Amino acid sequence: MATSATRTRTRRAGRRSPLASAALLLIGLLATGGAYAALTAGASADAASESQVTKLADEGEKLFAANCASCHGLQAQGTEDAPSLIGVGAAAVDFQVGTGRMPMAASGPQAEQKPVQFTEEQIAALASWVASLGPGPSIPDESYLAGDGDLAVGAELFRINCAMCHNVAGAGGALTEGKFAPSLMGVSAKHIYEAMITGPQNMPVFNDANITPEDKSAIISYLKYIEANSSPGGLDLGNLGPVSEGLFVWIFALGGIVAITVWLTAKSN
Amino acid sequence: MTATATTPATTETKAPTGPGMRFVNWGANYIEDRTSMSGLVKELGRKIFPDHWSFMLGEVALYSFVVILLSGTFLTFFFQASMAPVVYEGSYPTLKGVEMSAAMASTLDISFDVRGGLLMRQVHHWAALLFVASIGLHMLRVFFTGAFRKPREINWVVGFLLFVLAMAEGFTGYSLPDDLLSGNGLRIIDGMVKGIPVIGTWISYLLFGGEFPGEAIVGRLYMLHIMLLPALVIAAIGVHMILLIVNKHTQFAGPGRTEGNVVGNPIMPVFAAKAGGFFFIVFGVIMLIAATVTINPIWNYGPYDPSPVSAGTQPDWYIGFADGTLRLIPPGWEFELWGFTFSMNIIVPIIILVVFLVLVAFYPFIEAFVTGDKREHHMTERPRNAPTRTAIGAAGVTFYAVMWAAASSDLIATHFRLSIEGVTHTLQALLILGPIIAYIVAKRISIALQKKDREIALHGYESGRIVRLPGGEYIEVHEQLSDYERWRLVSYDDYAPLMVRPNANGKITFGTKLRGVMSRWFFEDRIAPVTRTEIEASKHGHH
Ligand code: HEC
Ligand code: HEC
Ligand code: HEM
Repeated sequence: MATSATRTRTRRAGRRSPLASAALLLIGLLATGGAYAALTAGASADAASESQVTKLADEGEKLFAANCASCHGLQAQGTEDAPSLIGVGAAAVDFQVGTGRMPMAASGPQAEQKPVQFTEEQIAALASWVASLGPGPSIPDESYLAGDGDLAVGAELFRINCAMCHNVAGAGGALTEGKFAPSLMGVSAKHIYEAMITGPQNMPVFNDANITPEDKSAIISYLKYIEANSSPGGLDLGNLGPVSEGLFVWIFALGGIVAITVWLTAKSN
Repeated sequence: MTATATTPATTETKAPTGPGMRFVNWGANYIEDRTSMSGLVKELGRKIFPDHWSFMLGEVALYSFVVILLSGTFLTFFFQASMAPVVYEGSYPTLKGVEMSAAMASTLDISFDVRGGLLMRQVHHWAALLFVASIGLHMLRVFFTGAFRKPREINWVVGFLLFVLAMAEGFTGYSLPDDLLSGNGLRIIDGMVKGIPVIGTWISYLLFGGEFPGEAIVGRLYMLHIMLLPALVIAAIGVHMILLIVNKHTQFAGPGRTEGNVVGNPIMPVFAAKAGGFFFIVFGVIMLIAATVTINPIWNYGPYDPSPVSAGTQPDWYIGFADGTLRLIPPGWEFELWGFTFSMNIIVPIIILVVFLVLVAFYPFIEAFVTGDKREHHMTERPRNAPTRTAIGAAGVTFYAVMWAAASSDLIATHFRLSIEGVTHTLQALLILGPIIAYIVAKRISIALQKKDREIALHGYESGRIVRLPGGEYIEVHEQLSDYERWRLVSYDDYAPLMVRPNANGKITFGTKLRGVMSRWFFEDRIAPVTRTEIEASKHGHH
């Protein structure tokens, strides 16, 4: 069963030392970098890359059969439990598996993030196989992920398109029936981009006609800016707005002052 | 009735000498000759202030108001109350080149381009939150100790006005920067106003000078925020203080404390010195928080624009209860009549809020009617000794707390991993059941505590010492209280339900009957205070 395999893997992932995961990440990056280079190589390398892509896709098919087919079906055609993946594109797989949402663990209101269970290489393989099933959004170009877009444009687009679910500071928010829009702090630029073009679960899709790639890059830049620069006013109290401010004032300000008054009057008695 | 006090008895005063003192003396004489103020100062200086921490909550409110005045004055130097569109060219990068109102741009300038501006904004806003919070707690203290009883009913009403004015000050201030959050807040107010049948739309147009949001509202709110409302607050504080001096403080029962005196420190010099110190403590706490914790990060919210609404849009805490009531009303409460839409989903919350506030404002008169008590009271009642009032208070606090919690239903849902529907339905049930449960529990606890006090007053403490009598019997030795300690436990007023008596015409009016029923409800469960004879009896009967 995929689930039991999943569970043991999760546990192992939890025990991995940080050094090992860094090494793994490096290997993974090199591997995807290689695969990426292979995919985009010039016409002269066509034959070679073709075979590499098929190799990658073949590996992906095996991984898929072992880990995903129980829900999505052997040909990713979809089952009662899970939707078809034909045409979701490499970006959806990279996002879902890369953020640890897939393979899905427990059925809840929403597939939640868990520790990532595959190496970058395996994710690339899965993505490549699913992408080969039908045309869909592909993994975004590095040039949009650098975080050098227009901050003010990004901030404005974020407020208009995303803040109603994710909160103006990307702190997250509630949706109906126990679903929620997660915090966007600490999400990689690539995954932010992929989330926009694939619209995971209850999030709408923002295609290139809606928000151009440059604008997406601006949104990412804004999110990366507020992530990197702490609030100019001091502690941000989770950026939850007046509720956390109100609790803070009752507990720490008034609470502190009452404690002082109790102490003062106790002394004088 | 005078303030017989623990004023230090005539200390020997040697005429101070030295050039410094000579100048002070000259100054004092100069002023005295022209104003004859010394009588007033002496009278004020002899006002007695009791020593119990809960009596200092009002002071916290006063001092935070002083901080608000100082920081607010600083803000007025730089704030532009105009909704004219400008392009922001200040130094905050994520808003550069964005079109916004002059109000928003100037608030951003205060935050990022005026030296000390961000600190002052944060001081102003944190002090505002503390101001209303301390008023709230101060009101609860007055309520639960029965300090609002005759002759202090009027001052309760003045205090209530201050509470409402403070909320209004806070809301108008919150709306000034014209950022997304304040615009959303105004939008809700606009919606509520428009929900009032027939006249709502007209009022909204009048308020906003046309279709929401218009160009006028910030200027109007600014006038309210820095002129009219502060003037009213200051006037109300003045009346509050004068009445406080006229009525004197209440005090908790204790040795030497009676209905006829106040025991504590006279304002001059002990209390004034303490109060001065205490002002700096409050000031220091506000400064510390304002210097380290962000409040109202308008740079995240961005300028107001009617289309986006952020997740987690909430008003400041003191308006939360109103927002919460709106959120708790089930959807679909609307009907049409004579061509008008009646939005009960808005009218009902408005009615609930108004009724709640009116009950709070008039509680002293309601209680006085029910108890028929026309005596003056200067002793603070321990909450347990008025079980029904304490229970009513607990129910009211619960009601308020549920409405308040409802304003953050979305955050409760995400942070405790619940569904927002579940949270809302639970709070809807709690809004009705919570106060009932709180009422019963608070009443039972009060009565149980009273019983315990009675036990202790009559039979002393359980000392934990077990003694074996010659006959083999074990008994625990009870330690008797000193007279001082006992005084605290036994001195409280006893009440009995009113008798329903016919009036001069031999008729029992409806009002009398109602009062009889209410009075029975108010006093049916009570523990009579221990009487002197009982104490004597228990002393003699004790081995
Ligand atoms: C336990 C069942 C389960 C397993 C195992 C599983 N998935 Fe899913 N998957 C789902 C469900 C259910 C959804 C739909 C989630 C939703 O949208 O609410 C989904 C959605 C997806 C999507 C998004 C589809 C879209 O329309 O954007 C992708 C991509 C995906 N899965 C990939 C995978 C991959 C790759 C694996 C294996 C590594 C995997 N899943 C394993 C149940 C599963
Ligand atoms: C209708 C509400 C909604 C809107 C609007 C929305 N999102 Fe989302 N977003 C979601 C939900 C729900 C999820 C969680 C999906 C999941 O867990 O699969 C999500 C997930 C994400 C994630 C993944 C976060 C993570 O922790 O991996 C990113 C990134 C993201 N959204 C970015 C955006 C951006 C950028 C925009 C605006 C362009 C946006 N979202 C607009 C609801 C929304
Ligand atoms: C009880 C009294 C008061 C309360 C509760 C109060 C509350 C507030 C609040 C919550 C804000 C929003 C601040 C922000 O986060 O940006 C504000 C803004 C402001 N207040 Fe007050 N205030 C009070 C009295 C005053 C007084 C007396 C003045 C002037 C003398 C003043 C001047 C201002 C100005 C100019 C602003 C706008 C600047 C800004 O938003 O930063 N306030 N007030």
